Amino acid sequence: MKLQKTNFYRILSLVVLVVIALLFLFPLYWIVTGSVKEKGDILIKAGESVKWIPSTISWGNFGRLFSATEPLFKVKLPIPFTESIVTLTGPIVPRAVRWLYNSVFISLAAMFFTCLTASLAGYALAKKQFVGRAFFFSLIVCAMALPKQVILIPLLTVMKNLNLVESPWAVIFPVVGWPFGVFLMKQFSESIPTSLIEAARIDGAGEFRTFANVAFPIIKPGFGALAIFTFINAWNEYPLQLVMLHEPQAKTIALGIAGLQTEMSNDYGLIMAGAALAAVPIIVIFVMFQKYFTQGITMGAVKG
Amino acid sequence: MANSKAVVRAGISSQIKSNFISYLFMLPILVFFLGFVILPMVMGVFTSFTNSNMGGSEFVGFSNYIQLFQDKNFLKSSVNTIIIVIVSVPTVAFFSLWVGSAIYKLKPAICSFFRCVFYLPVVTGSVAVVVVWKWMFDVYNGLFNHGLNAIGVQSVNWLGDSKTALLCIILILFTTSIGQPIVLYVSALGNVDQSLVEAAEVDGATKLQTFWRIKYPAIMPTTLYVMVITTINSFQCFALIQLLTSGGPNYATSTVMYLLYETAFKRYQYGYADAMGVVLAIVIAIFSAIQFKVMNGGTAE
Repeated sequence: MKLQKTNFYRILSLVVLVVIALLFLFPLYWIVTGSVKEKGDILIKAGESVKWIPSTISWGNFGRLFSATEPLFKVKLPIPFTESIVTLTGPIVPRAVRWLYNSVFISLAAMFFTCLTASLAGYALAKKQFVGRAFFFSLIVCAMALPKQVILIPLLTVMKNLNLVESPWAVIFPVVGWPFGVFLMKQFSESIPTSLIEAARIDGAGEFRTFANVAFPIIKPGFGALAIFTFINAWNEYPLQLVMLHEPQAKTIALGIAGLQTEMSNDYGLIMAGAALAAVPIIVIFVMFQKYFTQGITMGAVKG
Repeated sequence: MANSKAVVRAGISSQIKSNFISYLFMLPILVFFLGFVILPMVMGVFTSFTNSNMGGSEFVGFSNYIQLFQDKNFLKSSVNTIIIVIVSVPTVAFFSLWVGSAIYKLKPAICSFFRCVFYLPVVTGSVAVVVVWKWMFDVYNGLFNHGLNAIGVQSVNWLGDSKTALLCIILILFTTSIGQPIVLYVSALGNVDQSLVEAAEVDGATKLQTFWRIKYPAIMPTTLYVMVITTINSFQCFALIQLLTSGGPNYATSTVMYLLYETAFKRYQYGYADAMGVVLAIVIAIFSAIQFKVMNGGTAE
């Protein structure tokens, strides 16, 4: 009798779960189908039923999405020893693709610089004695408790003075400076056995070599977790992107779609095409690497 | 004697050298941290004591703060923020705990599938999620009203009616908030000491008793962590509100965070907005401190 009750409850739970899971998948389905629907399918006329499946697959929405174009990148490089500046311009691509490129660039750069700077500092805070160590660590912990939004407005002033507004670096630098990364890496660095460091020192290794050969292999999982966290954080960092990036070619994919929503609020096909471009690639990456994602999230929580 | 002096001198110089290397390790992060986090924080606090705007800025002391607490919109936004936090945190925690406990024992592939699905809204990102929901809530072309009409119920102005707008926000926030907690709960429940569970079952405990007496306390750290991050998430909810309703109708869905943005970037009242930011920061800090205290007190037991 008990077994029957347990089984019934278990099956009921599963059914409810499946229903809710389908509800969660539905918005994604709606985005993808909406992006290839023709206007007729999108507008619901009274008395007609909703077109769950598009009557025809139309690429017109994507066509409109990709109509505006930009160069993929535009980098000004000063040539040393001369007065001139070389401008490298990338190939002309649709503006929406440029948005995606901006998002990827910002997230990768933030990930790279955060991992680099945070791991060095985390190691120093965990394993080395120096004047001011406690002070800096307390400062970092306190700063973590405060929300990012407070510094949004003054950051704009800072970036204006650095002439970085409209540049991806205006988003990258604050993300790199965010103290959570150092905190995480310090926690991970604590587990490095001091004896190994001593042994390396006795063998005559310099500080940086000790870090590279002894510390780094041990903190690699933390490194991976931080990399994933930072990538996702930078990708989704909407307020910062909104404040720093305004010009059409500077926007991230999130900003771009938001702009479409504001400007063309009734062209749902176009907006869905944009949403599909924003969502599908990152979802594919997530599904492929989900093992690392979940590992990173769990580890980040345990140590944090 | 001469030897020991030399040793001391060598000791000091190697300590200075070691200090120097440590600073080198710290330097990169300090440049970014001090320059792009601490400095703006200090600047923000200073500006909050001025009436900085497009035209200029002059010192006004605490008048911004006094004005804040008499500002109808600020008070409304604060109430909305608190409502969102108080409703979201327990529902997210309970729901994700239920889902976690329902799926963690399933076959790994199935568990992964569910975990993936519930994490999807997080990965998709705020903007894509918001635009599709906005379409579904649309008064004329939206799915929900169409469904209502089909069964004979009148269309609802989901986003334009102050009674329903905030609920829509909370609903969408819910879908983007449960992903991470579910991942954490699945992992934490999987790590519960099985011997304790078996001992309880041998002693004749029911499944429910086993859950509340053994598993739940074992995952208490996870629960508290989930509550902290959900609280912070709810306080900082911004893109959702800005894109879905722009804080409307008539500030019915405005939160402090949104009002801050509007004050600074639509009305250009930087000093006033900074004061808002400082107040928000203090509130979140207090909330986090309380939760921290509870967390440390709880796990000690």
